[in-house]
Amino acid sequence: MLEIKNLHVKLEEEDKAILKGVNLTVEAGKVHAIMGPNGSGKSTLSYVLSGRDGYEVTEGTATLLGEDILDMDPEQRAAAGLFLAFQYPVEIPGVGNMTFLRTAVNAQRKARGEEEMSSTEFLKTIRARAAELKIDAEMLKRPVNVGFSGGEKKRNEILQMAMLEPRMCILDETDSGLDVDAMKLVSDGVNALRSEGRGFLVITHYQRLLDHIKPDVVHIMSDGRIIKSGGPELAIEVETNGYADIVTEEA
Amino acid sequence: MALPQVKHDLTEERIAVLEMPSGGWSDVARADALARLRMMGLPTRRDEYWKYTRPDSLTQAEPPKAAVFEGEDTPLLDDVDRLKIVFTDGVFDADASDDLSLEGLSIERLETSRADIHWARDLYGALETTGQTPVNRPLAALNTAFATDGLLIHVTGRVSKPVNLIYHHKSETSDAMLHHVIKLDSGAEMTLLENGPAAARFNKVMEVDVADTARFHHVRAQGRDHERRAATHIFARLGTESVFKSFTLTVNGVMTRNDVIVELTGDDAQAHVAGACVGDGDFHHDDTIFITHDAVNCESRQVFKKVLRNGATGVFQGKILVKKGAQKTDGYQISQSLLLDGDSQFLAKPELEIYADDVACSHGSTSGAIDEEGLFYLRSRGIPEGPATDLLTIAFLAEAVMEIEDETLADEINARIEGWLLRRRS
Repeated sequence: MLEIKNLHVKLEEEDKAILKGVNLTVEAGKVHAIMGPNGSGKSTLSYVLSGRDGYEVTEGTATLLGEDILDMDPEQRAAAGLFLAFQYPVEIPGVGNMTFLRTAVNAQRKARGEEEMSSTEFLKTIRARAAELKIDAEMLKRPVNVGFSGGEKKRNEILQMAMLEPRMCILDETDSGLDVDAMKLVSDGVNALRSEGRGFLVITHYQRLLDHIKPDVVHIMSDGRIIKSGGPELAIEVETNGYADIVTEEA
Repeated sequence: MALPQVKHDLTEERIAVLEMPSGGWSDVARADALARLRMMGLPTRRDEYWKYTRPDSLTQAEPPKAAVFEGEDTPLLDDVDRLKIVFTDGVFDADASDDLSLEGLSIERLETSRADIHWARDLYGALETTGQTPVNRPLAALNTAFATDGLLIHVTGRVSKPVNLIYHHKSETSDAMLHHVIKLDSGAEMTLLENGPAAARFNKVMEVDVADTARFHHVRAQGRDHERRAATHIFARLGTESVFKSFTLTVNGVMTRNDVIVELTGDDAQAHVAGACVGDGDFHHDDTIFITHDAVNCESRQVFKKVLRNGATGVFQGKILVKKGAQKTDGYQISQSLLLDGDSQFLAKPELEIYADDVACSHGSTSGAIDEEGLFYLRSRGIPEGPATDLLTIAFLAEAVMEIEDETLADEINARIEGWLLRRRS
């Protein structure tokens, strides 16, 4: 599904290497988790994959379903099936949540040469998906993320994911700022989307999110590289011993 | 004090090509206006309120030519049930207009109103005269003196549908001058819609007298002809518990100067003035607003948003004057511009002058580019850069458009903005 080979990335503005040769393959139907200390490059990886400005790829490749995504615009990557759930979802005053989602769904469909979703179908679908995430009609009408609590913002990210039905989902510290109940709600939303044809890359600091979204593979990232990969037990090891041991061991 | 020679000459040259209509109840008001005009003279760049806007093309004797815009989209307000009154290049078009009758109001034309004593006699030029202090509005005095036509609307009840003044522009050299007087009796309510470019050059004055508890709603869209020029004035006087709400959309136009002068004279009155403008290239738009609070517990709002690109210029001069004794005044003013490139400019002069001690007045003015974070967020969801930028632009203007109470009218205005954005994307 997602294949990253020897990815090197530096900041565009300064000569600072952030990713120093990342190799990672996420297969369809699998959930991979990336854990790692602050500043290890986890979030940068998610931004580079989704096409945010400010980063320069100096070496390596990233493909989605065999297609090189690094030369694509962010909207093309989205249409190709990539979705990033933001760590800090952006507030967009003046743009209604519903309008935003409908524009996005239909823009992606158009880009893929598919027929647009009718308003009736859209309304039916969004109401059902929103209900599952306990997002009420009022929240759908409000401007995108404006005045939303931390938990509401994250639920809104998952709602977008559910509506856009991407092939490859990247969740960037979706657990940050969530209380236990919100985390369960968000995780249930994500789990409902797990399917054979869909890959997940869950970036997180803490193991607790992985209690809810059970990963198939866990990677530890440090200083711009993946230094260790293993099964879910690796996350538990981190929770018990911290990152220091693993980082020293692999260095 | 004698007028400087330059002003004197400018004024006399302008007057020389005009003919003052006569033979009716407005004669006295017109003569007075001419005297006022000769006292103050037409504006030059040296006038305090013309520092950011070159008045030349609005004051010179002959108007610069303006090509007629050919738009293929549906005319604005086509789906709105309304009474249509059409002026083409400033001349009343009877064939294109509906019957000038509607329950709750009476409409007459200034040109054909020849009665000796007319209700409009006490109003025509009266609010304009008051509005000349403390800031001169010479183009309005010129209009009172020489306006060739206009409507005299007396609203006595609640009017069931909007009155829509449609201003067509068909001649490249037309120079139109219209003067409307609107009087709302106590408890009356009406919605006035105005749209169209009107003429190559348009000078329009509207005097609105809103009696106690009356409500006046105004939505206008100034036409899209790129080379058209306009200087418009709205003078309004508000009685107790009355409401005045005016919104203007300006799309294109090489030169637009919109003055709105409101006086809150009765307690608990509300005045909302809003505007959205979008300009590309050779575009100069100036909103000059003056709101005077002269009563207790009144509320005023000024909400102005401008989208500018390719060297377009936006100007905002907004004032709130709170007179002594106008306690519990709630005054709000915001003017913002979205500069879509580095060539465009926004000049803002917010002014507050407060002589009462128990008031809440706030003002803010900002200028900025498209929010990159928001743009990336929208694009990451699959919305291409063009439509995403448009979405953010419409969102930027939304605060002003939302000042329109009627949703259908707000939708019409938004559709017009979307059309402008779409034409610029291809």
